[in-house]
Amino acid sequence: MRISLYFLLGLLFGVVLLQSQVVSWYRIYEMFRFESFHMYGVIGSAVLVGAFGLQIMKRSQLRDADGEKIDLPDKNPSIPRYLIGGIIFGLGWGLVGACPGPIFALIGAGYSSLLLVLLGALGGTLIYGITRKRLPH
Amino acid sequence: MTAIDQLWPWYVAGPLIALVMLSLVYLGKSFGLSQNLQTMCSLGGAARWSDYFKIDRSTRWWNLIFALGILAGATLAGELIGMPDALDLAPSTVESLESRGISATDGMMPEQIFGSPLVRSSESSYTFGNIMKSPLSLLFLIGGGMLIGFGTRYAGGCTSGHAIMGLSNLQWPSLLAVIGFFIGGLLVTHLVLPSLLPHLSGIAQ
Repeated sequence: MRISLYFLLGLLFGVVLLQSQVVSWYRIYEMFRFESFHMYGVIGSAVLVGAFGLQIMKRSQLRDADGEKIDLPDKNPSIPRYLIGGIIFGLGWGLVGACPGPIFALIGAGYSSLLLVLLGALGGTLIYGITRKRLPH
Repeated sequence: MTAIDQLWPWYVAGPLIALVMLSLVYLGKSFGLSQNLQTMCSLGGAARWSDYFKIDRSTRWWNLIFALGILAGATLAGELIGMPDALDLAPSTVESLESRGISATDGMMPEQIFGSPLVRSSESSYTFGNIMKSPLSLLFLIGGGMLIGFGTRYAGGCTSGHAIMGLSNLQWPSLLAVIGFFIGGLLVTHLVLPSLLPHLSGIAQ
């Protein structure tokens, strides 16, 4: 069944996140101090292979698993949204050392304190939902 | 010790992450975890407060299942492959941490900030319960989480959605978002954490 495929892909992603230590607060701290290449290598090679793969999928007009045309919509153009939103997320990423994927991974690895981070993230999402009409997009 | 329980090098991890992303695209989805935060709020009844949470949840289940898989995958890796006792960090990183009272040999996460993982908590005094008793730690974890939630939803994506998926799809808004991620991360790492860490570790009272 399709739904188990998503679970299996998540499983693989979770194992990779943990084993490559990119979920580690230490690795994020090290990255933002430019003292190790590891994180840049992980993100950089993922983007390189990803960009190559997406280009092949688009150019070969490959259809997805349901036979539909693969259509990746362009992001809406905006400057404040991405820059300000990005900076705010970056502040949290630098402090807690986790982004949404790793939050789930760290909870799975037994770090129960990340439940508080998840709770905060849900609170932040709620605040965004309520205030977004007043924010520049 | 076999190779599998050591640090997986970047040239193994990066392409595997790309493979996960490409597989999702092939299944007609996109790669991005922060969408789940919106879905979880919607499940909790947040539509009461904002239309932002009035979404068709039937189109979102796959991503929650994916997140559940991540959680299970990390549990599996921790149990079967084992967690490292100490990371092989850059010496200058270790020095900067230890001078601020943060141990650099606590495995994946510094125990003074995050407590110990459930599997080891019997050996450690930095348990979740003790972390909860410190108002500063609570504020740090919840406040940091709020910045993550608000920021990723405002920017419309996180490290997976913008840095991996967006950049791979050559989207300039994603590049802008990633530049933002780094501005924010550099600011806290160089201006906030140096004075905050001694308080979190307890050497500055």
